Amino acid sequence: MLTLLFDGIAYGMLLFILAVGLSVTMGLMNFINLAHGAFAMLGGYLTVVLMQRYGVPFLLCLPIAFAGAGLLGAVLERTLYRPMYKKPHLDQVLFSIGLAFMSVAATDYFMGSQQQIMQLPDGLRGRTELWTGGPFELGMGHYRLFIIAVCAALTVGLQYILAKTRFGSRLRASVDDARVAAGLGINVNLVFAATFAVGSGLAGLGGALGAEVLGLDPTFPLKFMVYFLIVVAVGGTSSITGPLLAALLLGVADVAGKYYVPKLGAFIVYSLMLVILLWRPQGLFVRKGGKS
Amino acid sequence: MKAVQDSLLAPSRFKVWEPLLWLLAFAAPWVFPGHALIVNEIAIVALFALSLDLILGYAGVVSLGHAAFFGFGAYTAALFAKLVMPDPLAGLLVGMAGATVLGAVCSLTILRGSDLTRLMVTLGMALILLELANKLDWLTGGSDGLQGVVMGPVLGRFEFDLMGQTSAWYSLSVLLGLFVLARRWVHSPLGATLKALRDNPLRAMAIGINVQLRLAVVYTVAAGVAGAAGALLAQTSGFASLDVFALDRSADVMLMLVIGGVGWLYGGVLGAVVFKLLHDVISGITPQYWTFWIGLFLVVLVLVGRDRLRKPWSWFGKPKAHGESA
Repeated sequence: MLTLLFDGIAYGMLLFILAVGLSVTMGLMNFINLAHGAFAMLGGYLTVVLMQRYGVPFLLCLPIAFAGAGLLGAVLERTLYRPMYKKPHLDQVLFSIGLAFMSVAATDYFMGSQQQIMQLPDGLRGRTELWTGGPFELGMGHYRLFIIAVCAALTVGLQYILAKTRFGSRLRASVDDARVAAGLGINVNLVFAATFAVGSGLAGLGGALGAEVLGLDPTFPLKFMVYFLIVVAVGGTSSITGPLLAALLLGVADVAGKYYVPKLGAFIVYSLMLVILLWRPQGLFVRKGGKS
Repeated sequence: MKAVQDSLLAPSRFKVWEPLLWLLAFAAPWVFPGHALIVNEIAIVALFALSLDLILGYAGVVSLGHAAFFGFGAYTAALFAKLVMPDPLAGLLVGMAGATVLGAVCSLTILRGSDLTRLMVTLGMALILLELANKLDWLTGGSDGLQGVVMGPVLGRFEFDLMGQTSAWYSLSVLLGLFVLARRWVHSPLGATLKALRDNPLRAMAIGINVQLRLAVVYTVAAGVAGAAGALLAQTSGFASLDVFALDRSADVMLMLVIGGVGWLYGGVLGAVVFKLLHDVISGITPQYWTFWIGLFLVVLVLVGRDRLRKPWSWFGKPKAHGESA
């Protein structure tokens, strides 16, 4: 019971780290980016390759995955994404799904289509059991505990940056109304480029962390695109607490659904999303007053 | 007065080249009997693209889950043929009716929210149906697909042959019939209101158009047409598998429509022809990595602007400001 909740929370935290960049960039430029999963996949593959071929320790791989994905994000933002902001949503969908297709085929070409296996360091393997035999039995995989700790630290850090720093207030101003923010002298383009890079980097980090839990093969961007979009659509794009709660809800619902009614599979998650979006089309946690 | 009336009616009149085009299409399976199967496929995806054009090109709803109705029509028609009667036309009508009902129910889900919400809701619907078809394996055969569908002859006379000539003519006839109906429909006053609400929903509402009702109607009709395309696929291949619901199918059909041109009924037909031929050529060269080239094509297409594909004279010279409203 509690074990399920624990696994669900770990899964949800991971989804949050993967999707938070998408949520912020979508709120900032109203840009529908279906290729976000490609950055996560890049992070995952960077980690796997570095660990297997060059023997880089796992903990060192995580910042490299972050930096690599972030760098690629910054380059792509500057060259390809920027002309897309003013185009209609149909163009954005076509463009980003084209990018996702390309990333899938290119990864298949360079890395092969098989599932990649991740060797965890010894310290992160194993499991702690609490209250065994009782009604509140709790089994915690150490790696999942690690994921939760990293993601929680990142969440607190992000919330701090967003709420307390000067960059955070610029970002929030730009999300609320980009034109007025630009009129007040905020360099919205720069804010956006930085946010896009950090968001892509976080996706890369999430991909590296999640390679063991979610599985890593070339279809990753398309397979998890739906989950990222659910987090963003349900959580709303105006804060980071919204996507966090949405991701936790999604993680717990998915794990519990697959455990209790395995026959229905992902059915529960999709139905839940549909019902929530019918009930609150702008997402569950929307702040009034912002520009939608 | 007469001149004004004529100029307004001109777009809805049949052009000289249109009967020629259809004659060519119907002659194709007879002239190239070896390519009848691909003619059949093109006719089916053209019908599917036509249905997407109704909601995307005429009503401006961005949908990533149009395969839901395609697949629903396919499974309904296949099950009908297997369990009730093997007559193709009855199966086609049942498939269309099933998809129309599903479309009417789903149209409630797209009335509210932004483009992102609609994208998610349409996508979610297709995924739910995919999961259902996968899990209800006693009915649909699960991931093995629904096998053992045997079709009777069309109109009781024309047997389906291995070469696919009957299939091609059958699909082309259905395509032509629904195309003419759709053409009549988008040029009616109702079609004009659809274009109005696509261009500016707020103003459309202000001049007294019931935006929500119109959206629901066009979504339902498009679902029915997509269901017909799915039913044709299931009937002519004698098989229905899970990939009729897949995301690739929704994305492919959107790509076809974009190649051919959105908001123009021949766009879907033209796009289907180009896409299928392109698919044939590229997957002949690199069968495994053809999605890469499709992705590259999409990215380049959007970066240079998709209106310019159909206007070769604008390729050289300065790009004009993007005139389309978001």
